[in-house]
Amino acid sequence: MTRAGTIIVGTGQAGFQTAASLRAEGYLDPITLIGEEPHIPYQRPPLSKGFLLGTQDADSIELRPAAFYNDHKITLLSGERVSGISSGMRQIEIESGGQLSYDSLVLATGASNRKLPVEGEELEGVLYLRSLAEAILIKKHLEAARNIAVIGGGFIGLELASVASQLGKNVTVVEALPRLMSRVVAPVISKFFREFHAGRGVRILCSQAAARITSAGGKARGVRLASGEEIAADLILIGIGIAPNTELAAKAGLSVSNGISANEFLKTIDPNIYAIGDCVEYPSEFAGGRVRLESVQNAADQAQCVAAAIAGRPAPYRALPWFWTDQFDIKLQMAGISAGHDRIVMRGSVEDRRFSVFYFQGSKLIAIDSINRPADHMFGRKLIAMGVSVTPEVAADERADLRRLAIAAEIPERPRSVN
Amino acid sequence: MPKVIYVSHTGESREVEAPVGMTVMNAALKNGIDGIIAECGGVCMCSTCHVFVDEKFFAKLPPARDTEEAVLEIAAEERRPTSRLSCQIKMTEDLDGLIVRLPKKQR
Repeated sequence: MTRAGTIIVGTGQAGFQTAASLRAEGYLDPITLIGEEPHIPYQRPPLSKGFLLGTQDADSIELRPAAFYNDHKITLLSGERVSGISSGMRQIEIESGGQLSYDSLVLATGASNRKLPVEGEELEGVLYLRSLAEAILIKKHLEAARNIAVIGGGFIGLELASVASQLGKNVTVVEALPRLMSRVVAPVISKFFREFHAGRGVRILCSQAAARITSAGGKARGVRLASGEEIAADLILIGIGIAPNTELAAKAGLSVSNGISANEFLKTIDPNIYAIGDCVEYPSEFAGGRVRLESVQNAADQAQCVAAAIAGRPAPYRALPWFWTDQFDIKLQMAGISAGHDRIVMRGSVEDRRFSVFYFQGSKLIAIDSINRPADHMFGRKLIAMGVSVTPEVAADERADLRRLAIAAEIPERPRSVN
Repeated sequence: MPKVIYVSHTGESREVEAPVGMTVMNAALKNGIDGIIAECGGVCMCSTCHVFVDEKFFAKLPPARDTEEAVLEIAAEERRPTSRLSCQIKMTEDLDGLIVRLPKKQR
């Protein structure tokens, strides 16, 4: 009997990596990679960085050249929407017509921008960033714009602010919460970035909610804050988070919560269907419970895990989460998940722009955020992944060598990779 | 145009053209060289573009920065004296004929 093979829904980093890793794992059955975006798979992180700055173009952010898919016998169906799953039949329905059969189905459906729930959100001159198409639109609008309002002081909002500022624009960031990136970093880092942006001429307003987008002649003219103040802007960029794309899974009867529900093998309640990347909620030892993460690392490592499972080598997913953001010439590197910490200690100097924040839950080291201390980040990844806890005193002691601790903790039989 | 020679862990070599300014990582991706994953896209956050640079070329490279040095420490295959991240090697005319060997595993 001919094998139907694997269908992957979603052509982002997770979907792409599943296909690539399946072939690398020696999987020989058909692979179909199908997604709504018209482009071949590309990297998203540069969209809010080098792509808008002009140091990278659409060609240079392709994950692989077009020939890769043919060369690896991966059927790439771009610009196609999957409208349904008949899990009993092991088939998907494609909106443009037809069904495709699978042995294994991988949902890598990603996420969509949360819309700003205020009047005027739909006006011309109000833009969001998730896809290459949206990035192209923003790039075009940035050429003529003078005054930019960014709504949302998270990673995307601040990266957009930093790019717009570097392009010579007047930038104001409006954040509803009292501090920047408050969902993920300690106050000391929020404060550092606030001051850093301010030093580069970005105006940052915290604890300020956008009440409406004002308009003139049918185009956005500014942002009216709840306080009554109006920020004049000819371009308004919104980065207030994303919501997982769970509709297809829910319609198919799969369990959905804050994402498509999966177990530690990233398998949904249907034994033939996996979910990975931005759209999945799964149990993570590093989160101390179920979590949904939005990152390249999460997408790529989960893809690798599921590809190995489909190729006959299942193992629970246990890669350490890590993240980064680039704002101006500062890179913030994050290892582990800091949510749930009850104590922080620091190493290095904020003044010198070279410091790390170590997050503890009780006596357990759960995360490290680093600025200009790449060794702290890399050895921190090793230590956290291996569950080696340094004490807060050691973490704060500049003389304590994390490299030595990481090497000492390594068990020889264990693979060196922590990714 | 300068050329780069990629040698797989099994010893097969492939020569590709790499314009001046392009990274050795990007030249690998553009030319379908398996063995370079480039998970983070070339920003020194992962170690999946790790290469062993041929000794005669190694000395010609600008030294690795702290960030690259740190990443090399977590490489899936243990670093050697001539280890570099290919995302940090930009092609120059002087590097024409550059030979890089690929590790057996990148993750």
